[in-house]
Amino acid sequence: MQDLAYLFHGFAVVLTPFNFGLMLLGIVLGVVIGVLPGLGAANGIAILLPLTFTMPPTSAIIMLSCIYWGALFGGAIASILFNIPGEPWSVATTFDGYPLAQQGRAGEALTTSFTSSFVGAFFAVLMITFLAPIIARFALRFGPAEYFSVYLLTFCSFVGMGKGSPAKILASMMIGFALSTVGIDIVTGQLRMTFGLTSLLKGFDFLIAVIGLFGIGEILLSMEEGLAFSGATAKINPKVVWETWKKLPRYSFTFARSVIIGIWMGVTPGGATPASFMSYGAAKKFSKDGDKFGTGVVEGLVAPETAAHAAGTSALLPMITLGIPGSPTAAVLLGGLLIWGLQPGPLLFQEKPDFVWGLIASMYLGNVVGLVVVLALVPAFAAILRIPFAIIAPVIVVICAIGAYTVNNSMHDIWFMLGFGVVGYVFKKLNYPMAPLVLALVLGNAAESSFRQAMLSSQGSLGILFSNGLVGGITALALVMLFWPLISKGLRSVRPARTTKLPEEQPVD
Amino acid sequence: MDEAGQRGNDGRSVVSTRTMEAVVAALLFLFGATFVYQSYELGFRWAVEGPQSGFFPFYVALIICGSSLVVFVNALRGKAGRSDESFVERGQLWKVMQILIPAAIFVLGVQLIGIYVSSVIYIALFMRFLGKYSWLKSVLIAAIICIALFFMFEVWFQVPLYKGRWDLTSWTGY
Repeated sequence: MQDLAYLFHGFAVVLTPFNFGLMLLGIVLGVVIGVLPGLGAANGIAILLPLTFTMPPTSAIIMLSCIYWGALFGGAIASILFNIPGEPWSVATTFDGYPLAQQGRAGEALTTSFTSSFVGAFFAVLMITFLAPIIARFALRFGPAEYFSVYLLTFCSFVGMGKGSPAKILASMMIGFALSTVGIDIVTGQLRMTFGLTSLLKGFDFLIAVIGLFGIGEILLSMEEGLAFSGATAKINPKVVWETWKKLPRYSFTFARSVIIGIWMGVTPGGATPASFMSYGAAKKFSKDGDKFGTGVVEGLVAPETAAHAAGTSALLPMITLGIPGSPTAAVLLGGLLIWGLQPGPLLFQEKPDFVWGLIASMYLGNVVGLVVVLALVPAFAAILRIPFAIIAPVIVVICAIGAYTVNNSMHDIWFMLGFGVVGYVFKKLNYPMAPLVLALVLGNAAESSFRQAMLSSQGSLGILFSNGLVGGITALALVMLFWPLISKGLRSVRPARTTKLPEEQPVD
Repeated sequence: MDEAGQRGNDGRSVVSTRTMEAVVAALLFLFGATFVYQSYELGFRWAVEGPQSGFFPFYVALIICGSSLVVFVNALRGKAGRSDESFVERGQLWKVMQILIPAAIFVLGVQLIGIYVSSVIYIALFMRFLGKYSWLKSVLIAAIICIALFFMFEVWFQVPLYKGRWDLTSWTGY
């Protein structure tokens, strides 16, 4: 009950005029970022982060998280009207959204997708409200070994649940860890991996990696595809909204399933993008109109949008309770916490209830306000996409450069950003996943020091990772996740053929 | 369209996905190997006070080497199909370079003459030559954008940006 009191206090914090204004500003900026290709939630927030250094942390997190909600909404606009996914998680939205818009039902499609996003986010926030305090209280008992096993689970989940080559997922994750070791070793104070270069003394800041990989990389890809914006016009009026809302309850089951998929994929670091595809696939499989999917079915819009928003929101649960972000965007917000001088993790709930509950309250309000803002301003946001690419592209490069510079006031970082951009372009084309790289770069130091502390207390025995039921259970789950590609392959080959082959003998790829 | 437009539509392949996979995997292996060597130099074993600095990066780098080997082998004996497709066509590479090379020159410009002046030049030239806007329109829009950025960062949020080795905006007093 005390938590509910805190929540209402949180609402009071958010509803002060200053914070409410920042919330509106965040939503609008977020939608703009979400609509523009090349500017996504992760790098958009990374670029704007330095502007919040002087704000009180609670106001800063409200604005930045609202940019996130706005970007989640905005991705759908470009997908539906222009068939261009503004964000990776809105790719699945184009499948049925764009055909609907071509049939002249753009208003209906937009309303459906915004409402689905809202429903997904709402249930995810409800989940966070009730689960977060419990998890935080539980996590207070965690020692270094427990923390390391949770990190292990986070990273092994990428391998177990990710799509594509496990070797590439591992490689990309380990590059992140390797880059995180560059600079001063936080335990012994020794310099590592600097190759004698002074510009590497401070190491690689993950914000630079985010801006380069997602910002510059995305611009290069958009340019290669030769973007030509030509799309349906958006007309949306209260009547269309009302008519659409009346039809939506018949998809309650799809909503429920998508919410569950989204929350699951968000809490485990699957992220919004796989969640949206998975939910779309499930809806297609279970719907009686399954074969019509892709031609403009409302249900095919409900599923990915609900799941993407539910996943995007619930990715914040492990971030605020354990200090482990569930997505690159959550990682950037986590970076913000550190810069504002807050230590993310379970203690945050006790030491800074204002901050935590302000954030949770802003999730509720931000999504309500976001829904109203996008419904009201769709034509204005769609107009942004009509600005020619020859203006947008250099402006985005300039903004990325500014963002990279302001992180540490370092000119070297702009060069690193450009380098990460080329890496991002090549990796994206070769299907190396980028989220594990970014998360490993963020969590590298924390994971390493918890590992070394655990090892110190056990005198170097890995047995500490199985020393009690809790840590042993998490470690075992992590190992199952890590070897899941092998296990599932083994199961598949054993079951139909009934051979006695050892699963381990199956090749990974 | 002129020559540039034709070059942008050149569909000949520059490099196949298979080759690119192998090259990237080889580069990753090298990257991992340098880190293994560095960790070895730092000491990757146990000292009296616990694991040495190279302990963690050593194993991380070993995994990079291992997984890049797997990717490399898979690329070489990969099934025909996707891996024989083109990684990038000439026209596409031309378009990518059209944005990458100016961006690199822009970053060099930032280093020398600061972010504001080089942004004006960069945006204006980009609009003039890739967007085919008139000189007047290009320069005007570029200048407006950069002045807006100047006010936003230097004046309102008081976040000073890089002015370059030769500061051309010192007369503004910021």
